[in-house]
Amino acid sequence: MGYLLEVRNIVKRFGGLTAVNNVSMGVSAGEVVGLLGDNGAGKSTLIKVISGVYRAEEGTIRFKDREVEIASPMDALGMGIETIYQDLALAENLNTPANIFLGREKMKKSLGVLNVLDHDYMHEESRKVLEKLDILIPSLRNKIKALSGGQRQAVAISRSIYWDAKFLIMDEPTAALGVAEQKKVLDLVNRLKDHGIGIIVISHQMHDVFSVADRLVIMRRGEKVAELVTRQTNPDEVVSFIVGAETVRK
Amino acid sequence: MTRKSGLAGFLGQRWAVLFLLLEVIVFSVIGEGFFSLNGVQIVLFYGTSLFLLATAETFVIVTGGIDLSVGFIMGFSAVVSAKLVAAMAVGGMDPLPAILIALVATLLIGLLPGLLSGFLVGWLKVTPFLATFATGGIVYGVSLLLTGGGETKGVPDLANVIGNSYFMYWAPGHGLSFFTRPEVVRGTRVLEIIPSMLVVTAVVVIAAAWVLNRTRFGRHAYAIGGNEDAAVRAGINIRRHYMVIYTASALFSTLAGLIYMLEYITGKPDAGTSYLLDSIVGVVIGGASLYGGAGTVWGTILGCLILSVLETGLRMAGVPTFDKFIAVGLILILAVLIDQFFPELIHKED
Repeated sequence: MGYLLEVRNIVKRFGGLTAVNNVSMGVSAGEVVGLLGDNGAGKSTLIKVISGVYRAEEGTIRFKDREVEIASPMDALGMGIETIYQDLALAENLNTPANIFLGREKMKKSLGVLNVLDHDYMHEESRKVLEKLDILIPSLRNKIKALSGGQRQAVAISRSIYWDAKFLIMDEPTAALGVAEQKKVLDLVNRLKDHGIGIIVISHQMHDVFSVADRLVIMRRGEKVAELVTRQTNPDEVVSFIVGAETVRK
Repeated sequence: MTRKSGLAGFLGQRWAVLFLLLEVIVFSVIGEGFFSLNGVQIVLFYGTSLFLLATAETFVIVTGGIDLSVGFIMGFSAVVSAKLVAAMAVGGMDPLPAILIALVATLLIGLLPGLLSGFLVGWLKVTPFLATFATGGIVYGVSLLLTGGGETKGVPDLANVIGNSYFMYWAPGHGLSFFTRPEVVRGTRVLEIIPSMLVVTAVVVIAAAWVLNRTRFGRHAYAIGGNEDAAVRAGINIRRHYMVIYTASALFSTLAGLIYMLEYITGKPDAGTSYLLDSIVGVVIGGASLYGGAGTVWGTILGCLILSVLETGLRMAGVPTFDKFIAVGLILILAVLIDQFFPELIHKED
């Protein structure tokens, strides 16, 4: 079976600067690929091409064995490619079901004519998706404000899963989390694999990447400098690719 | 924001409820006749304009904005409707159709300032503070031009009859009658229950609370106020939302102006200017955050009741009403301090 999502020979320039230069990579269903690189290596630009924020000058994107056009974030979402940014895009003043259903609220008829929010349905569906992903939120009626960083991350992820995400791009999912929380989020990422979801994780934390990623793609100055199988490498080698020592040695 | 959390949020404002009770007790002791059907009705009568303007303000503040034009729009609406009725009456039209036509026409005209503010905020990204201040200024200027700075005269007396009628009357031997005063022998006491304009206000306020609490539109208003970026990414059309929010605010303010015209059979450009401070204070006491995303219509009504009881109580106790402004300022500081240092009293997790 081929990749769930594959990019081939992506080139993205900003004026004279080539942010992504001829990069190809693929992610299978149920696989986590860690995307690594120093600041300015082109990781963010590459994922923004996949999530539809930017359009690549050259190259193709294939999703579910078909070549696709991703012209806007809505295109990506429509295909089931969801990006979870560091800021999570949650309305902290609302509770968990309200956020999971934000913009896609379930309505019901009240008194036969008036359209009102179907709180019970949304609550129940939220409970189900959280249960499916083994996520523990103390009370769904709590506002996001009252949740920990890890729980917020979990809510953002379950929103994507509820709306049928097939592919997740996670930008620094464990940044700003405590150690125990980091572990929970990483465990969640591992469970997502079992649901057949393809995942790209961007992270600076070597430990994170090594605990969830099956493969690693390393970028430097807009180019892909290495693609490694996690089990066959070690953090030292990865760091040397990130900073460029490895290529110098060659 | 479920039904339960709405109630819990309401009770989360314990301090405001306690403060209101305290006020009532104090004024019942020091003010003669305060604790009576009449006293209550005076509180609510003063409250009608405030309830409407503060409800308008709540809609805007929930989305993280502020509307400084509510009082000016109220005055504008009073002037426009009074001018229209007077013009039609002079033209020989019967009072009732003239009043009805003027009410409907003014409601439509009253949408314009809201559309302007909504356009400025939604499309041109002007800060709500400036956008609504500009709109308010324009509207106030137009009111002054229309009236030449004075009041509008010539409104038929029927307006007064409608504006000061009661929902129910009770007289010995006549039982209850609705809207019209029973014909009684001179000297018989007729009990007047609930001003009609209060009933109109109550219907609008209940509808507004329902919209904010139970509909997708209301939910999105909270989302925009909480995290505009998240709302955009969730596919919410925030431009259109701002447009509707500011237009709704203008509509409530216009209604307050119409009620003013019916009650006082006149239109003054500054009919509503004194309510601006109170309407914002009412919303803040009611637990809304000026940063957006929090607040309920019922909380706002509670906040307004505190102000309205204060106004009426001081007046009935014979304290000059100037003192009221000082008291309102102090209460606002209290509300802000409580919000700052004891947020759990207000933003209690449910």
